[in-house]
Formats: sequence, structure tokens, C-alpha cells
Amino acid sequence: MSPGPPARRPREPGAGSRRPGSLLEVAGLTAGYGAAEVLHGIDLAVAEGGATAVLGANGAGKTTLLRAITGAVRRGGRVTFAGTDVTSRRTDQIARLGIGHVPQGRGTLRTLSVRDNLLAGALLRRDRGAVRTDLDECLELFPRLGQRLDASGGNLSGGEQQMLAIARALMARPRLLLLDEPSLGLAPRVTAEVFAALAGLRRERGLTLLLVEQNARLALDLVDDAAVVEAGRLTLTGPAAEVAGDDAVRRAYLGV
Amino acid sequence: MQQIVDGITAGSIYAALALALVLVHRATGLVNFAQGQMAAVSVYIGWSLVSSGVPVVPAVLLTLVVSLAIGALTERLLIRRFEGSEPLVAIVATVAVLICFNGLISLVWGGSVRSFPSMFPDGVVSILGARATWGDVGTVGVLVGTVGVLQLLFLRTRLGLALRTAADSQDSARLLGLPVGSLLLVGWGLAALVGGLAGCLVAPSVPLQPNMMDTILVYALAAAVLGGLDSPLGAVLAAWFIGIAETVAGANIDLIGSDLRIAVPLVLLVLILLVRPQGLFGRRDVERL
Repeated sequence: MSPGPPARRPREPGAGSRRPGSLLEVAGLTAGYGAAEVLHGIDLAVAEGGATAVLGANGAGKTTLLRAITGAVRRGGRVTFAGTDVTSRRTDQIARLGIGHVPQGRGTLRTLSVRDNLLAGALLRRDRGAVRTDLDECLELFPRLGQRLDASGGNLSGGEQQMLAIARALMARPRLLLLDEPSLGLAPRVTAEVFAALAGLRRERGLTLLLVEQNARLALDLVDDAAVVEAGRLTLTGPAAEVAGDDAVRRAYLGV
Repeated sequence: MQQIVDGITAGSIYAALALALVLVHRATGLVNFAQGQMAAVSVYIGWSLVSSGVPVVPAVLLTLVVSLAIGALTERLLIRRFEGSEPLVAIVATVAVLICFNGLISLVWGGSVRSFPSMFPDGVVSILGARATWGDVGTVGVLVGTVGVLQLLFLRTRLGLALRTAADSQDSARLLGLPVGSLLLVGWGLAALVGGLAGCLVAPSVPLQPNMMDTILVYALAAAVLGGLDSPLGAVLAAWFIGIAETVAGANIDLIGSDLRIAVPLVLLVLILLVRPQGLFGRRDVERL
């Protein structure tokens, strides 16, 4: 959570060809469960300090894409993070390189208190003083969590658990944050609160984001670039404004 | 009063083994049916050390270190293969471990009955009019100390938080960068250490034989389930409760006497689980969206 956003250069969107400045590069990524292949060759790049949204319907492979990046599912192709090929690394090793993953279902540690949930995010850090400062910052970002520090994670509402999941991931000071449908199951007002916090994180800390979302309107307002995944393939990639203007996207995802 | 003191002493042994069961269940979600047998192996190792001239207290401490290693190795070499598969498969694997360790004892030490010295001095003290040996006092003291150390470890240290995180959700722990495999290994090692301690505490008052911990495992399982399987404090209180109930019922109800005593914890178990399926101290998981 270093202060000051890094300079962001406008860049060409597109496939995962090697470009300087890409923090995450995904090339020819395949992934699946058991014998079934869900992703059939995805190319995607996220620039340092940038934000990309992947839109798609239920079952298109959005969650699998994020799980394939962090090694939680069988995969092929290549995933490069900060210049390191992580395709054959374990999930915990990839996390330690600086990828925070807010999973579908929010991954709440249900039996742990909210405070312990947050501290668990910082378990691998040695700078104890800074951990305390970060905890305070997280509570500033999501004041609702501050009122429930001693409640157990499983007793929080869905919105609170989503905030907790994001805050827990931030406690590790990730270089890249993966977000799996942060709006899922939340009331519109709570969703707005979560997305406002994400926008703040981008603006103030230059946090790099890769977001998968069904709520296209919210997602496109937050990011620079967007891609559309259908049946395990990217059918469209480009700057968020361009994707938002695409006729098919407008019909299918924006309801216009 | 005498019956209560006797009950708490007996209960403390069950509690120590129940703590080991709780440690494994918290770490891996499994009930380790081999926990008693692993404790028996520890006792035999301690016996070997004592009979080769090591004084009893250092021998027990050394035994605990070896137990830690045995527990960790069992997890790494055997149980690890069944993690992520059906829980029943892993539980059957722990039964296999039980049989293996039972055979190992007969193979290495033979089946003949031996005896184990006490860590505590002889003599009797009077507590509120009841008589207790120093061994009884020491057993309860060691157990209370163990619970205290475990509570500190789990609630006040980073290792404890990491263990609790992995126990709560292995997937989330991995996404937070925690080496889940190593944490499971630590959990099993700690459990074997505490189980070994239970064995060394009970060993002076029972004959050493390969099946020496079987009955105690029944009581410990009852206590662990009654306490909610995930609560160290709950397991200890439940074990004391069982110890006292067993002693009082055995002494005052003619029908039960000494022969039916082992039925007492099981009847209690059935009755309480009918009313509170999550155990006395377990938490009911409430799903919220």
C-alpha cells in the first residue's frame, strides 16, 4: 500500500504478446476440472497500475480463469507474473509472489474473528509495525468492519464478508489483486460501497486489478481495459469505453 | 468429594488424549483413530529410555520430542495421500495406522506386560478432605499446563493463527500464501506430542501392553465429541465431566458397579448429542448470504 499512484500510460489493448510494463501475462491458457476443459486458450495482459475487467455470463469460465492464474485448478499454457513464469508453481508460492485473490464465495475464515481474518492476510509479512498501520487503513476503507472486529467471520453479512475478503487480501500488500465477482449476491447499495472502495484503491494507491464480473456497467466504470469471455474463449478485448460501445456487449451485458 | 477428585484425575488422562484428537480434527477435519495407538508407541519408547538408564523426567521429555516427529512423519508419509479425498477414506487410513502401530509394538517390544515409573514423587495429599496421590495432582497439573500452553500457542502466536487459518479453510490459507502441507504436519506432530504425554501420564497406573490405550481412546473420543471436536477447553471440561460421572455412577449405582463403567460416557454421549448435535461447546455453523 505504497502512497502515490504510479504513472499510467495509455496502451494498446490486446493479446498476451510480451510488452514491457505488463505485470501479468497470460498466454494460451487452458484449464479444466477432471477431463473437462473449461478454458480453451486465453491471452490476456494486465499492465502495472492498470485494471482489466473480464465480463461474461455464468459458466463462461470467469472464475476458472482466476483460479488458473493462481494455480488452484489444472492448467496449461503460460502464466507470467512480474517476469517470472509461475505456470508450474503452487498456489501458496504464487500468492507469496504478490498476487492477492479474492475468491468466489469470499473465502471467509468463518471461525476466526474479523481481526484474525485480517491478520491472517498479513501472516507472511515481517514488518509488524506496518501491519498495524495497514489494519487501521483497511478499517478506514471499510468502516463497517471496524465495528465488528471481534465478531466471527461466519456471522458477518454477505456485504461485510466481501469487504473482509478484499481487506484480507490487501493486508498482504499484493502487487496484483484478482477479484471474483465482488458484486455477487450483494444489495445494490452495498455493491456501490464496495466498488467505491475499489475505485479509491486504484486512485490513491495505483493498485493493479484483474476483475471478473457479471455486472458489466459497474465493472466498466472501474477499469481501463475489458475483455469478454464466452464458452472459454475471449471474444473481444479493448479499452473499457470501446467494449462498452460494442453493440453485442450493449445488448448482452448492459441491457441497452 | 473423594469421588470427584478421583473423577477429575481419571478425566485428566482422557482429556489429554482428547486434546490430541481435537488438534488433529482442527488441523485436518479428521478423527484420528490411531491417536491412542500412537500414544502407546510413545510410552514404549519412553519405557526403552527408562530401562536403558535415563531418569524418568528427561526420558519423558525426549519421548515427547520423538512423538512429535512420529506424528509429523505419519501425516507426511501416509495421511497426506488421502487428504482431499473422501473423509471416510482418510479415517479408514487412520484405522490402518492403528493396526500398523499395534503390530509394530509387538514386533519391537514383544507382547509381555511391563511397568512404567511415575514422573511424580510417592505420597498422598489431602484436598478438602479427599485423598489424592502426588501422581494425581501432577497429572491434573500437567494437563492444565498443557491446555494453557496450547491456548497461548493458538491464540497469541503467528504459528497459532496460521494453524487456525489452515484448519478453517485450506483453500483460503493457500490463497494467503500459507504452506498448508507444513501446517498439517505441525498439527499432527503437536497432536502426537500431546497424545504421548497422555500415555506417559497414564502409564504408571496401568500395565504396559500394546492395547493399553484402547479403553482410554473410547473415553477420549467421547470427551472430544462431547466438547465439540474443535474446542480444546470443551474437550477438557467434557473429559472431567465424564470422569466424574463415571466414578460417581460406578460407586453409587449398584447396577453399574465397575463392570459397566465404560458404558457411562457412551450413554452420556448419546443423550447429549440428541439434544445438542454440535456438542456442548462446538459452534453451529450458520450460513449467511
